Amino acid sequence: MSQPLLSVNQLTMRFGGLTAVDAVSFDVHRNHITAVIGPNGAGKTTAFNCITGFYKPTDGQIVLRHKDDNEFKLEEMEDFRISQHAKVARTFQNIRLFGGMTVLENLMIAQHNHLMKASAYTIGGIFNTPSYQRAQEAAKQKALAWMDRVGITDRADDPAAALPYGAQRKLEIARAMCTDPVLLCLDEPAAGLNPKESEELNALLRSIRDTNDVGILLIEHDMSVVMEISDHIIVLDYGRKISDGTATEVRNDPAVIKAYLGVVEE
Amino acid sequence: MSLNDQTSSSFLPMIKRSIIATIIAFFLFLPTLGIKTSASGGVDGLFLTYRWLLLGIGCGLIFVGRIAYELFWAPKEGGQKAEKAPSSLAKALGSAKVAKTIGPVLLGFAIIFPFLPFSDRYILDLGILIITYVMLGWGLQIVVGLAGLLDLGYVAFYAVGAYSYALLSIHFGFGFWMCLPLAGLLAATWGIILGFPVLRLRGDYLAIVTLAFGEIIRIVLLNWRSFTGGSNGLSDIPRPSFFGLPFNQSENGFAATLHLEYSSMHRIIFLYFLILALAVFTFFVTARLRRLPIGRAWEALREDEIACRSLGINTVNTKLSAFAIGAMFGGFAGSFFAAKQAFVSPESFNFMESATILAIVVLGGMSSQLGVVFSAIAMVGGVELLRQLQFLKVIFGNDFDPSQLRLLLFGLAMVLMMLWRPRGLVSTRMPTVFLKDKKTVSAAMISQGRG
Repeated sequence: MSQPLLSVNQLTMRFGGLTAVDAVSFDVHRNHITAVIGPNGAGKTTAFNCITGFYKPTDGQIVLRHKDDNEFKLEEMEDFRISQHAKVARTFQNIRLFGGMTVLENLMIAQHNHLMKASAYTIGGIFNTPSYQRAQEAAKQKALAWMDRVGITDRADDPAAALPYGAQRKLEIARAMCTDPVLLCLDEPAAGLNPKESEELNALLRSIRDTNDVGILLIEHDMSVVMEISDHIIVLDYGRKISDGTATEVRNDPAVIKAYLGVVEE
Repeated sequence: MSLNDQTSSSFLPMIKRSIIATIIAFFLFLPTLGIKTSASGGVDGLFLTYRWLLLGIGCGLIFVGRIAYELFWAPKEGGQKAEKAPSSLAKALGSAKVAKTIGPVLLGFAIIFPFLPFSDRYILDLGILIITYVMLGWGLQIVVGLAGLLDLGYVAFYAVGAYSYALLSIHFGFGFWMCLPLAGLLAATWGIILGFPVLRLRGDYLAIVTLAFGEIIRIVLLNWRSFTGGSNGLSDIPRPSFFGLPFNQSENGFAATLHLEYSSMHRIIFLYFLILALAVFTFFVTARLRRLPIGRAWEALREDEIACRSLGINTVNTKLSAFAIGAMFGGFAGSFFAAKQAFVSPESFNFMESATILAIVVLGGMSSQLGVVFSAIAMVGGVELLRQLQFLKVIFGNDFDPSQLRLLLFGLAMVLMMLWRPRGLVSTRMPTVFLKDKKTVSAAMISQGRG
């Protein structure tokens, strides 16, 4: 197997006396969907926030490799630089859209760094140079392509806050993808979706995995999503990794069954 | 049976509520209207005069007013209180089409304004003042309206601009057009200097620090006598000239060169067009900035800072750029102010100015440039209008000075705005980019920012 896209090595995060993530190591591969599961409070979101730079890990290394063998030490980078340079995009458990801005604007903001350069850091943009106009038009087309892909094109000019919940989830994924990530981190993308929407989400994530050359790392409680689409599952409990493997392997792992269902005393 | 019955059954409670309101008003008015302290010439110092008639009139007005409110405006009991539809005026101002027509009409009016028959020196001065505030409002709108950062010390940048022009022109003999960009640059620098310490602050804390910053600048100007002249200010600031032609009676002055009869109005008209040009410049630049990636990032920052960071937006730079560019326009306006007055002193840059500019932005609507124009006219023009109400002396006696009611009406206007249009005159926002059709975004969706 080729070099993993993301290697998490001995990741530890302590909040005072509480060790939320305890020496967790795992790999995420390109064109794979890797799921992190575990009971409430297992440290999934904390691990996630460490990878995306929203927390500084207490210990451990997180290395991201680009195709050109560029390596990024994510544990040393600021959150926005992780997105800007290392190309890791994320969504949030409680959706964080720019509610007062339209769907299209949300997708344009995701292309901020690219457009900033195209507008010569605003100076060229003020004079509306042809190169900026082209970049703006291209950004719009890219946004349109993603709206088409997740099926919200007809709501393009509506404020994001006016969208139904399921569409907001999709928009957040589309927005993350507009940053051209190599690693897409989704924090409970299926939370609050009905079965039909969950089904659509599965199809969307599969198509992103197969066509966009990204690795997907997701946290999910909805087992129908996890078991169906994951190529690789990591199970956390009390901050430790208790299992790691394919869906079938994890499902039959006694440690996982114990963590989820408890042990029957005999 | 229906209507009459209902009316009579609600009549008694209505009277009861009116009486309660009157009693509350009585106690409120007692110290404010009912009792007046007067200084006596003798050893007693102060003594009280009672004004029972005035107190009675006040309470009577409250009683009648409360009944009128209940009869005509109060929400009907039992009926679902529907979400208030914006009034037609506000709705009209918010729509793209109307904004596109009103804008040029206003600009056209502003251009012919100095040549209208009623435009004397006083009216033109007022026009200059209003346009200055419009410009300041547009500058502050970047910080408060777009980026959602509450700035209570905006007047500091106005002061930096004014003193920059004053000092540069006095010490180095720089002309107005030379000083203008320098003043903008210096103000922007101070904007960044203010920006750094407040990067991590939000809401109330941000407001307090910016407020303090405004005061610090004023106090430094007041106490650094050797540099700023202290409370005496700086006088004899060179006045701007018209492409090198000074506005005076000399042979190479503006009037003589153009073979016009000398009139002091020439200079005023020139200043009027100068600030109009600066304001139009501000308008186009801020309107353009809003449509650029940087402007969208400002708005995104107001909506959700964490989401911004997750998309790779450098929020530090974005915040600092909002402070700097907002401050820059304040600096431009300040340098015009110094050029117009030919005199600057710390007096002109007190907190009241910051509050007025902020009120203009808030009343106008956080993201509507047109709203700012109307609220500046109302706030600045309205105050001047009070001075014109001298005929009220016939009713209230000779001691009555309507301009003293300024703050009272100011407060009243604020309360009424909070009741009826809490998000400002134009509360909707216009998308910066659209696919098929441009629809305004209603205020309910827009976040006000927490910083």
